[in-house]
Amino acid sequence: MKLVSDQSGELLIITALGDRIDAAGAIQFKEQMRALTEVKCTRVVLDLSSVAFLDSSGLGAVVAAMKSLGPDRRLELSGLTPTVEKVFRLTRMDTVFTIHKSLPDGLRRAV
Amino acid sequence: MPAPAPLSPESLGGRITLHSDFMAIRHGLAQLLAMSPLRELSDAGRGTAEIVLAEALNNIVEHAYADCSGEVCVDVTRCDGDILCQIRDHGRPMPGGTPPNGDLLPFDSGDLPEGGFGWFLIRTLARDLSYHRDGAENVLIFRLDAV
Repeated sequence: MKLVSDQSGELLIITALGDRIDAAGAIQFKEQMRALTEVKCTRVVLDLSSVAFLDSSGLGAVVAAMKSLGPDRRLELSGLTPTVEKVFRLTRMDTVFTIHKSLPDGLRRAV
Repeated sequence: MPAPAPLSPESLGGRITLHSDFMAIRHGLAQLLAMSPLRELSDAGRGTAEIVLAEALNNIVEHAYADCSGEVCVDVTRCDGDILCQIRDHGRPMPGGTPPNGDLLPFDSGDLPEGGFGWFLIRTLARDLSYHRDGAENVLIFRLDAV
């Protein structure tokens, strides 16, 4: 799983380039998220539109990534594919994250 | 000599044996999803099957084979209009001889759980879940909707 980040002002967009966040890649995902979010920003949006599959370890890694942002920054999600959306919905984690349908240009220009 | 009886559709299925590590599980899942009967399911049906199988198999790597390694054998067949899954391993038995209830713990946004979702997902998405020991083997059986 490769992650790339793109900062514009206070907004940090992190794009997951791999197609799955699973037990085999969850630790690496957490470490990369921690490294990429060590910058000054107020909003972090994780673009998951390339991720077709996420298991409970991957879900735990996304939750851990949000916690590692600290109390003043929230992790927002974008572009959940159907199976990923199902995991978030069933576990009610969809109520915890702000979830965007996609990453519109407007989001990039919003800050 | 009579010709062998043709295989009935009910007996067709996919079987794979995997080594107990997370990367082998990832590749094995891809193989299973590309084999009959899972490949004939809808995208949503395959997604559900992948979630349940991933959780069950990763649990085996994480818990049954926590202190050792071994093989995991997965059989997926069509049965009575459902997808019947049987998973066998030679690891440690389930504590208490029964799979966890998988209750989703109450949470608030200040104290979010980072785990404990696996059995909840299995029990939510699978039906007729059963577990028993067969000699030194763990046997987990469940059904999925063939949608």
